[in-house]
Amino acid sequence: MIQAIVFLPLLAALVAGLGQRAIGPFASKLVTTGALFASCALSWPIFLSFVAGTGEAGVTPVLHWVSSGALQFDWELRVDTLTSVMLVVITTVSALVHLYSWGYMEEDPDQPRFFAYLSLFTFAMLMLVTANNLVQMFFGWEGVGLASYLLIGFWYKKPSANAAAIKAFVVNRVGDLGFMLGIFGTFLVFGTVSIPEILAAAPGMAGSTISFMGMRLDTMTILCLLLFIGAMGKSAQLGLHTWLPDAMEGPTPVSALIHAATMVTAGVFMVCRLSPMFETAPVALGVVTFVGAATCFFAATVGTTQWDIKRVIAYSTCSQLGYMFFAAGVGAYGAAMFHLFTHAFFKALLFLGAGSVIHAMHHEQDMRYYGGLRKHIPLTYWAMLMGTLAITGVGIAGVAGFAGFYSKDGILEAAFAAGGGGQVAFWVGIFAALLTSFYSWRLVFLTFFGKPRWEQSEHIQHAVHDGHGHGDDAHDDRHHHDAHSDGTAGYHPHESPLNMLIPLGVLSIGAVFAGIVFHHQFIYPEEGMAFWKGSLAFDEHLMHAAHEVPLWVKWMPFTVMAIGLFLAWNSYIRNTSLPAKFVAQFRLLHQFLYNKWYFDELYTILFVKPAFWIGRFFWKKGDEGTIDRFGPDGAAALVAGGTRLAVRLQSGYVYGYAFVMLLGLVGLASWAMVRFL
Amino acid sequence: MISVGHYLAVSAVLFTLGVLGIFINRKNIIVILMAIELILLAVNINLVAFSAALNDLVGQVFSMFVLTVAAGEAAIGLAILVIYFRGRGTIAVDDANRMKG
Repeated sequence: MIQAIVFLPLLAALVAGLGQRAIGPFASKLVTTGALFASCALSWPIFLSFVAGTGEAGVTPVLHWVSSGALQFDWELRVDTLTSVMLVVITTVSALVHLYSWGYMEEDPDQPRFFAYLSLFTFAMLMLVTANNLVQMFFGWEGVGLASYLLIGFWYKKPSANAAAIKAFVVNRVGDLGFMLGIFGTFLVFGTVSIPEILAAAPGMAGSTISFMGMRLDTMTILCLLLFIGAMGKSAQLGLHTWLPDAMEGPTPVSALIHAATMVTAGVFMVCRLSPMFETAPVALGVVTFVGAATCFFAATVGTTQWDIKRVIAYSTCSQLGYMFFAAGVGAYGAAMFHLFTHAFFKALLFLGAGSVIHAMHHEQDMRYYGGLRKHIPLTYWAMLMGTLAITGVGIAGVAGFAGFYSKDGILEAAFAAGGGGQVAFWVGIFAALLTSFYSWRLVFLTFFGKPRWEQSEHIQHAVHDGHGHGDDAHDDRHHHDAHSDGTAGYHPHESPLNMLIPLGVLSIGAVFAGIVFHHQFIYPEEGMAFWKGSLAFDEHLMHAAHEVPLWVKWMPFTVMAIGLFLAWNSYIRNTSLPAKFVAQFRLLHQFLYNKWYFDELYTILFVKPAFWIGRFFWKKGDEGTIDRFGPDGAAALVAGGTRLAVRLQSGYVYGYAFVMLLGLVGLASWAMVRFL
Repeated sequence: MISVGHYLAVSAVLFTLGVLGIFINRKNIIVILMAIELILLAVNINLVAFSAALNDLVGQVFSMFVLTVAAGEAAIGLAILVIYFRGRGTIAVDDANRMKG
């Protein structure tokens, strides 16, 4: 069964990718989508069996892989609670994204390729989460990186998409280097790459030291930090996050897939999978907490200023990943995974909803040119509203709430209960929750409320003019004339087709109910112990403490959510001139946030420019100036120069040759006379 | 009394004339052929002179060979010359530089 879950997407990707000419676009789409729905249908029973407590963890061997001295590992598919959670997240979101793409990519000429990449992406991620050894995890890790590169650069005729794809690949590579070093180090220390063996041996290694770069350092700390660098790269944590917003260049379903189910969750998953190892390295956990909290805060601040609807959601993802990491950092791995689980639903929903808006607005992504869409695309509006309610964590403590309410509050309470660095993370998280609420509602208000501001959008103008080009009725004209008054420019947004609305509906259900249905299993102390069954380091005491936090702590997230909502409502509905005034007042702060803390500019100066300089140096001075000059080019020049001299000798006149002959003869005779006489 | 030295002197003069005739000459190829004949004759004089001085007939026999070769060389040389003239319409030495690289 697990083989089918993992390998069906691969099979579908191969059939659709390599056989697209033979079977045609429709069959390619059908095969990939069908395979994903089959995977999804097979995954849920596994997950539910673990929820019910009847599931048994196990390892399914697939193939022998490497057996070389002490280094031995096989292709194996591991299924336990942690994997089962990831399985449903990945296959569900991926299947829905496949379905959604039928509508969203309808006009694209390259659909089979797109669907093949999507399935490949899913396969790589499934390989990652079912890995029983670090090398197989790394295989999935790299596969995800490759597939994301292909998908972000799917519209390869767009230079910006190519740049974003390369950026994603290169930035991930930095993280991958850390991950690789971590794997090497782990093998060096433990003599195995098998995850269960490593986790079993990890506590025994606590406190030992290792020589690294000439210093004696704590073994577990250094290993965990290296592995965490890998997680930072994949999960876009502060420092290695720059690829994530740029990844918006890909088609919107890809963004949904990357941000919700695959790729960015890999880092969180890896930290949770190796949580017993991280538990032995308190310093590393401190770093995880710090980086998580910093990312959470950073991304939330940037999210408040962006205009591109997809970018806002992208920074929101970045911020939510920060929550997951600091949850892991304070030891609440269950809460981290729970947030990953609920986040997958509402983030996929938000992205697909944004895609639906973009679809309706003729590929306009700038929220400044939205407004008033609530009445035109009501279903999308309701879906986005559900997603926003979920991400901002609306709910009444102790009664009921949306998905994000349970997971985010779980994280914040655990952080508060953990004390120490966790308390700091708690306050940062609370502030980020305020910002989350603000930018999420800002997105909703700008998009769906207020008056239409479409007429300034080039995309909309194109669409309207194209409508005129068809010129079949006076209907268009009439609307064009009164366009100046209502700001619609005579454009009529259309609700998305059914194959895009169904995924939105399904995900809305997830966004509403994922929290209330599963929060017992994921984060409650006793149920959690029974649910996780040791597949991650579940800290029962911490979760107990998290439930015993003061009431104000429990109400804090809801309070800041309400404040954020009020601020957004005040600035974008009640008094729409307020944001402009704020920007004018705090120009520097706004510039700083709007330019994403100048990370890209900083990296350009620190890394990109020097890299180009070094490259140019080796190219001009090293390659062309030294190797070519003295190597091939030099030899060729020598021959050519010698020839030019020789040519001058070959005058072609007989007397010239005769003269040389005579000289030779005289020389020879003189030599003979001196020598022999 | 005419000694071997006198013969050798004449021979050396002739030889030098022949050599100079080859590469100071800028006129035509026939002069070069003639200069080669001169060189061969100078050699012949040497051979005969030493043959007489040393009472050894081999030198004179050898000079016969040289004469034969010289005749053959003249015949072939002139034949090439005729062909060359037909081909290029001139036998001026300065024009004969097709071997220039």
